[in-house]
Amino acid sequence: MVKPSEQSSHDSERTLALRLRVWRQLRGGEGHFEEYSLAAVPVSASFLEMMDMLNEQLIREGKDTIAFDHDCREGICGMCSMTINGMPHGPIPGVTTCQLHMRNFRDGETITVEPWRARAFPVLKDLAVNRSAFDKVIQAGGFITVRTGSAPEANNTLIPKPIADEAMDAAECIGCGACVASCKNGSAMLFVGAKINHLNILPQGQPERERRTLAMVKTMDDAGFGNCTNYGECQAHCPKGITLDVIAKLNRDYLRARVKDFFSSTGKARKGGE
Amino acid sequence: MSASSCYKNCQPASIGKKIIMALSGLVLAGFVFGHMIGNLTVFKGAAAINEYAEWLHAHPGLLWVARSVLIVSVIAHIWSGVLLTIENRIARAGGPAVEVTRQASLSSRTMPYSGVIILAFIVFHLLHFTFRKIALGGQEFGADVYKMIIAGFSQPAVALFYIASMILLCLHLSHGISSVFQTLGLRNQRWRGRLDVVATAYGWVIALGFISIPLAVLLGQLK
Amino acid sequence: MKLDAKIPAGPLADKWNNHKAKMRLVTPTNRRRYHIIVVGSGLAGSAAAASLAEMGYEVSCFCYQDSPRRAHSIAAQGGINAAKNYQNDGDSVRRLFLDTIKGGDYRAREANVYRLAQVSTSIIDQCVAQGVPFAREYGGLLANRSFGGAQVSRTFYARGQTGQQLLLGAYSALSRQIGAGTVKMYTRHEMLDLVLVEGQAKGIVTRDLVTGEIKAWASDVVVLCTGGYGNVFYLSTNAQGCNVTATFRAHRRGAGFANPCYSQIHPTCIPVHGEDQAKLTLMSESLRNDGRVWVPKNSADCAKPASEIPEEARDYFLERKYPSYGNLAPRDISSRAAKEVCDEGRGVGQVVDGKRLGVYLDFSAAIKRLGESAIRERYGNLFDMYENITGENAYRQPMRIFPAVHYTMGGLWVDYNLQSNIPGLFVGGEANFSDHGSNRLGASALMQGLADGYFVLPYTVTDYLAGVGLSGRPSVDRPEFKAVVKEVEERTHWFLNNNGNRSARSYHKELGKIVWEKCGMTRDKAGLEGAIRDLQALRDDFWKNIKVVGAGNQLAPELERAGRVADFLDFGIMMCLDALTREESCGGHFRTEYQEAGEAKRNDDTFAHAAVWEFKGEGNLPKRHTEPLTYEEVQLTTRSYK
Repeated sequence: MVKPSEQSSHDSERTLALRLRVWRQLRGGEGHFEEYSLAAVPVSASFLEMMDMLNEQLIREGKDTIAFDHDCREGICGMCSMTINGMPHGPIPGVTTCQLHMRNFRDGETITVEPWRARAFPVLKDLAVNRSAFDKVIQAGGFITVRTGSAPEANNTLIPKPIADEAMDAAECIGCGACVASCKNGSAMLFVGAKINHLNILPQGQPERERRTLAMVKTMDDAGFGNCTNYGECQAHCPKGITLDVIAKLNRDYLRARVKDFFSSTGKARKGGE
Repeated sequence: MSASSCYKNCQPASIGKKIIMALSGLVLAGFVFGHMIGNLTVFKGAAAINEYAEWLHAHPGLLWVARSVLIVSVIAHIWSGVLLTIENRIARAGGPAVEVTRQASLSSRTMPYSGVIILAFIVFHLLHFTFRKIALGGQEFGADVYKMIIAGFSQPAVALFYIASMILLCLHLSHGISSVFQTLGLRNQRWRGRLDVVATAYGWVIALGFISIPLAVLLGQLK
Repeated sequence: MKLDAKIPAGPLADKWNNHKAKMRLVTPTNRRRYHIIVVGSGLAGSAAAASLAEMGYEVSCFCYQDSPRRAHSIAAQGGINAAKNYQNDGDSVRRLFLDTIKGGDYRAREANVYRLAQVSTSIIDQCVAQGVPFAREYGGLLANRSFGGAQVSRTFYARGQTGQQLLLGAYSALSRQIGAGTVKMYTRHEMLDLVLVEGQAKGIVTRDLVTGEIKAWASDVVVLCTGGYGNVFYLSTNAQGCNVTATFRAHRRGAGFANPCYSQIHPTCIPVHGEDQAKLTLMSESLRNDGRVWVPKNSADCAKPASEIPEEARDYFLERKYPSYGNLAPRDISSRAAKEVCDEGRGVGQVVDGKRLGVYLDFSAAIKRLGESAIRERYGNLFDMYENITGENAYRQPMRIFPAVHYTMGGLWVDYNLQSNIPGLFVGGEANFSDHGSNRLGASALMQGLADGYFVLPYTVTDYLAGVGLSGRPSVDRPEFKAVVKEVEERTHWFLNNNGNRSARSYHKELGKIVWEKCGMTRDKAGLEGAIRDLQALRDDFWKNIKVVGAGNQLAPELERAGRVADFLDFGIMMCLDALTREESCGGHFRTEYQEAGEAKRNDDTFAHAAVWEFKGEGNLPKRHTEPLTYEEVQLTTRSYK
């Protein structure tokens, strides 16, 4: 791996010849790896631009292109999702696949490209997976209930800067799913923890705190994600630097909610008081 | 309610199982410390440890309360561990063809294995020193615990099995203790490093404390 | 084409409130009997879908991404304007209105812009209540910063990810409704056509991108919040999937398309690095506060490393041309100046397609003055991003930047109610043309998207529904739906079976080059006429030689791309035609023939109008209509930044 800063300024002329082992799978079918050769990949290209080149080559050969998810290509939408040489989002920590550039690979290298692997993320085709389980978790409680037009004046509630900053740290999650893909248990605790931390520490998030926590954890479990066993792989692969702290706080809030629920005569925390 | 939906609805949520795992682990980790301190009286001579054993047996109420807590903890620990491990295997769906580890420690990745071996060790240990059914050459020791220990560890294979198991226990504890704090929500980035050191140190203290006895027997220091 | 802007009578400041008081309502028990289709899940779409569902309507929301949270609103960095006057610096609704209308170079509708400024304050309240973690002061109050084109600090922000946080706020509101069952969300669904029944928008036809199923959906009203058309340029800061298909298909069904020639070019993007590049990345304009922009005086120096070019051989062209604003000259002016020096052959960086398209943004003076750590503190994340993409360390050598397309002001024509000229078709956010005139101010896109979604569409859509009554929703078995489904199926089938030899991407690239060269930062008559001819030829070639691989019943990215490029080709022609017929310069539209000492020269006598294009059939040029813009409250003046 070459550190970017060690590169000369005009490395545009340098190109790589690569062998790519890419997972191919049709919806509902069994998958397998296929090998491709790709020549003259500029080191200035992004990983997804390299995949574009490969797809153009496949079109010229009259073959079906490799489906992969991508959209903003600037590391914020969270749509891109490839496991590259065993690492979700590839070898450079803190970047998404779309921001990964080919100067980080060697000439002649064989690169293995796989989809996110987890039971909760079934493969749709090739490298594209279905991450709607994440949306379901948010739908269960990843919000603050406020009807349009019913909001009070914004500055009526003071939020200390450290609290706002902490909420923002958690809110930076882009929902890409690299935490699940990197977790040896296929657990979504980093994703859920990030959202819980964002909302549960803000004053606006307090009324629904217990209900939110219990509902989101239940939905997470039902979606078939695994359990956290504190490996820390999610933190090490998160492109946005979300840390295990959010999981610790999720655990704490869950425990708190269960205890409150247990001692409440009506079990209202769980049912949301409805 | 069908059997499968009961499986889903009748067991605690993922974090609930983790909390059961953590709390039962905490009890067991505390127990091994007490057990180790008690065992170390062996270095004060036969009289000391025999007296300690006698004191324990003179308080059967206390002993059985402790034993009950331990049995419940062990069952809870195993039950949650087995469920978590099975669910996690399923959730991983085989994992990627190329497996890379960036952060997960050896101890964290081997928890189920070290756990199973430690369980096997516990069974052996109970049969060995509590029920006195195996690996003691059929001798009777009565109240002379000291003599039983010397006899038990005088067989190198048995002593080495104890030593190896304690190293695995150290491994298990060095991830487990720090995880207890994480699971109970009492850990953060600032404290993670420190807690990891504490956990590893605790694991080694326990392991070395226990290992010192068979080692001393093997080296002829205890006779 | 009838273009009635339906601007309410009365004084400007009272129009919206008066109008709201007069609009018709639907009783709560009847609302669930109306079905509303919202296409797009960005700020405008998510906000509208969530708000309408909260009110009790049955809402279906469609997006092409795998989750509503991925819409491209998420990529907006800078902030969102609101006339809160929290900084006590004299801000007001009227001042925000004036700044926005001036920023748009007097080509936006007064009444719409005033309403935008009015509701801006409610947006901040709404977002804070949703838990959007805006930046705060130590005392716990909301923080603000200043932004281009304004003399007050009215921009609210959440680090460099304001768009992300606002979208996640709207997404959470939408998710709450999805969870409650009031919104049915259809992800990975692309709208491929609009269905009209008796002249009213009554549904859409979509393709399920996963299964390939083509399906008709009937509703009482259709709301398009499908974003802008910046990707007609192929290389832009837009997301890969951003496309014009939804709005262009509506246009083909009769909706007027307004001002397609207005596109905004952002000066501080990372330059193109190679032929295979698919995306340009924007860096915050704030970099220009401490960076000095230059190119070599002598084109022979362009291939040398910057460090080998002595101070006296450097041309700090912004400081030279605009001594008072210098490196902080407005977006369009800075962009054009960079293009000029590169066209003179003095650009720097890699040769792409025979040219060096880049200028230096040099921090060495600022580093010398303030120290590297101060610069790192201010711009560390941007320097990291730059290094990640280019492999260059901007602390040691100057950054290279070049302008890139990043927002489009034109869009479907809408009246004051955000309804297009097709009854029942509403358009919100970047997809409409309404609020930014010919140039958008920084931090106003987020404001407009949320204003439309939260605070305008819920009222105006209700008013429309109250008018059509409860018997309005047709069955999808009607011949109108079947005919459109058949058309979409035939088109899809044709793409998959055409025996061509060129990929959709190659056409898209060629299209992008033509419009970027001829209808980009500067335009002129001859160039635009040539571009229209070239685009017509390219379109003809496309419909002969396009090759689409993949299967109709699976994810088929090439099929998606081909459909989008097909619409972009037709759209590109219309865009060039609009630029050709607007014989003036204004905002983002700079005709080289119409300038005064290098500055845009508006022609208010002839062109103080919105140009609205009517579709006139396959292969024919669209027809130009106009909606005159009358200004009652503001004086039209010339922008000058000398």
